[in-house]
Amino acid sequence: MATAPKDFRFGNFVGSLIQLIFWILIIVTLVGLPLIFIILFYVPLPPVNGEVLTPYLFFSMMVDPTRTIPIINFMIHTDMFRVAVFPGFSYAALLAAATIFIERKFLAKMQLRIGPLYAGKIEGILQLIADGLKLISKEIIVPSGADKPIFWTAPVAFVVTAAAVVSLIPAAPGWVVADLDVGIIAVFAFLGFFPLIALLFSWASNSKYPFIGGMRALHQMIAFEIPFILSALPVVILAGSLNLTDMANAQYSYWFVFFLPISAFVFYISSLAELERIPFDLPEAESEIVAGWLTETSGMIYGLIQLGTYVKLYALAGLFVILFLGGWAGPQIFPEEIMPGYTGEKIYNATTVNAVFWFTLKTLGMIMLILLPRGINPRIRIDILLHTGWYKLIVLAFINIFVALLLVYGGVLGPGGLLST
Amino acid sequence: MENLDQKFNETIKMGLEIVKETEEDRLMTLSVGPQHPGSGHFRFTIKVDGDYVVYCDPDPGYVHRGEEKMCEYRNFIQNIPHLERPVIHDSTNITYSYSLAVEELTNIQVPLRGQYIRALASELNRQVYTLYWLGIYGIFLGHSTMFMWPVGDRELFIDLLEALTGARVTHAFNIPGGVRNDMPEGFKERCLRQVAYFEKRLDEYEDIFYNNPLFRQRTEGVGILTKEDAIKLGVTGSVLRASGIPFDVRKAEPYDIYNEIDFKVQYMKTGDSFARSMVPFLDMRESCQIIRQLLDKMPQSGEVRAKLQPNPKGPAGESYKRVESGRGALGYYIVSDGTPKPYRVKLSVGSFRNILALPYLLIGSKLADMPSIYWSLNYWPVEADR
Repeated sequence: MATAPKDFRFGNFVGSLIQLIFWILIIVTLVGLPLIFIILFYVPLPPVNGEVLTPYLFFSMMVDPTRTIPIINFMIHTDMFRVAVFPGFSYAALLAAATIFIERKFLAKMQLRIGPLYAGKIEGILQLIADGLKLISKEIIVPSGADKPIFWTAPVAFVVTAAAVVSLIPAAPGWVVADLDVGIIAVFAFLGFFPLIALLFSWASNSKYPFIGGMRALHQMIAFEIPFILSALPVVILAGSLNLTDMANAQYSYWFVFFLPISAFVFYISSLAELERIPFDLPEAESEIVAGWLTETSGMIYGLIQLGTYVKLYALAGLFVILFLGGWAGPQIFPEEIMPGYTGEKIYNATTVNAVFWFTLKTLGMIMLILLPRGINPRIRIDILLHTGWYKLIVLAFINIFVALLLVYGGVLGPGGLLST
Repeated sequence: MENLDQKFNETIKMGLEIVKETEEDRLMTLSVGPQHPGSGHFRFTIKVDGDYVVYCDPDPGYVHRGEEKMCEYRNFIQNIPHLERPVIHDSTNITYSYSLAVEELTNIQVPLRGQYIRALASELNRQVYTLYWLGIYGIFLGHSTMFMWPVGDRELFIDLLEALTGARVTHAFNIPGGVRNDMPEGFKERCLRQVAYFEKRLDEYEDIFYNNPLFRQRTEGVGILTKEDAIKLGVTGSVLRASGIPFDVRKAEPYDIYNEIDFKVQYMKTGDSFARSMVPFLDMRESCQIIRQLLDKMPQSGEVRAKLQPNPKGPAGESYKRVESGRGALGYYIVSDGTPKPYRVKLSVGSFRNILALPYLLIGSKLADMPSIYWSLNYWPVEADR
């Protein structure tokens, strides 16, 4: 597989490596380290063992593990960590990357194929990185007559909106970027931005097929917004709160999917439509309108929109888990302590780790369920889609609202109910 | 011809009436193809009013190669390889009727075993073509599994044809006077085994594709071609049979040994996109039976190819022969002036006849129905351009 160029000299190779290391060292010492120090001077550091931490002390303490733990403990409880790493963007992006990998391999197995195989040693695991590099290296072509400011802003706005939805999804008790009391309303408010972005982008492209795609996106998402919200309503009634963390905690013993199966089904179908996945991928219907509202995207603009789409997929799968599958509830499988007898400050928290484990597992299962229809269904037609959204799903969504009301007034669930925790 | 013109004018008028009700500038002109993922080497201009197509103008000719003219500069045998090019996925059938016509012109009698092997190759190749067509129909409707499965199973028949003819796609197997070479050893057993497996797969296709409610919603009642219109427009093959006319060249005017084979002509009465997609599928089932019968009834040994003179030629005359290809009747009209080269060759293909129905079906339908109507017409752009 690996082939060397004809004029390959080992000496040249070593020389180039040394040159690379030289330049890395130069850049790190001249730019990197000063930058880190400048940042550390502005970030307030915690007092450790009574002494105020300075950047110099910080670097010297990094070498000593016992003194590092308080620093790490301080770091992972900052807002920055939440936004950038754990329930925030890195976690979502990692799950999105996992989704793309699972989608490729899972669909390939359904279709009697192998899927990506060559990028990376194991089962083409680096295919996504290869694709990303390809997209980055491609030229971005802006159509003549395009509305340039909107054309450049829309993909960024798409990712930002997807990230905003992610910021509202709790991944463990207390682990959420923005713990709003109106969490579920905020989620739907942010989801309402997506058709607007699609329409703006398609209008800004100044092209016919994107315009048709944008109009389709608008119709589709408005038709499915109402059953989407209505299907979440019984959960609000049963949990007695709009806060997503409270909703997850309310179903610690009994998952709401057992009481509200129809709502869960409507929510699932509506999220498929919201995500523009087959059978509802009308805005991107390839054989009809080329690539729909994405026709004029190229290079990293396309890459950003894809990233946004998969982050959104994680957000909606996570939302389903929070609303219907009990959130992070699950049997405790992690031990209380990993190092018995250790008395110092701890990073490890068995409850949180357990919650993260169950939440991630359920979300991945939900993602698989969202990916599944792509392998077995053709695309639906726009009039059937609108009919389904406006007539069937809204009626179905109402059924479980009455069931939920019955359960609350019957004293079975809800605040002070028989089965509620 | 008058009927056709009248029909065309009526359809255009119907489209324009829709236009009159609205304002002219509401219309959007879309050029579908040749760089559209749902067109092939072909273009049709459509005008849409909202979601409705009000005007359609097919524009073939992007891959015209002048096959008919090329035939006049080569002798009867040399013509075989380049005549396959218009439809390489069905290359045995497109040379089949050519061979039949040349045999009639030059008075060659094909040995019986040669006739059987010819029919066998023809049936196998029809499967290859239909599977490819079905795969593209699947992906046109957004069903990616239905693209992967038929294109994967197509390899079964490609492997069989490779064993039989030595080439995977362009076989150049039919020649005037029989077939190029005999069957390899053990071919019969292998063929029966793979056909049995393939019939199981056909059941799975039915489950995942034809019985899928979403697929039925999209195709049932879409683009209805009535029996009368089908006759007026002169469509052939699966499109004609889907409109309720059980016409199959193999049955209507049996060539070679097809009168000894017992099979039914599959047809449906609704004439919508679903029927047009179902009939080739039923044909595949029937074709499996034909393959079994051919293998059973075949003489165990004998010549497969008549002895020919170098540069075979016959008396001056003309001949028209047609066979049932994957897309319908495929005929050759050959005029000979007594020399080893044909004086004129006219190729009449099913694709070109079927695409004539496109404007009638598309005008008044929805934009989303465009792929399901267009590809259900069993159209191969390269073949239509010749």
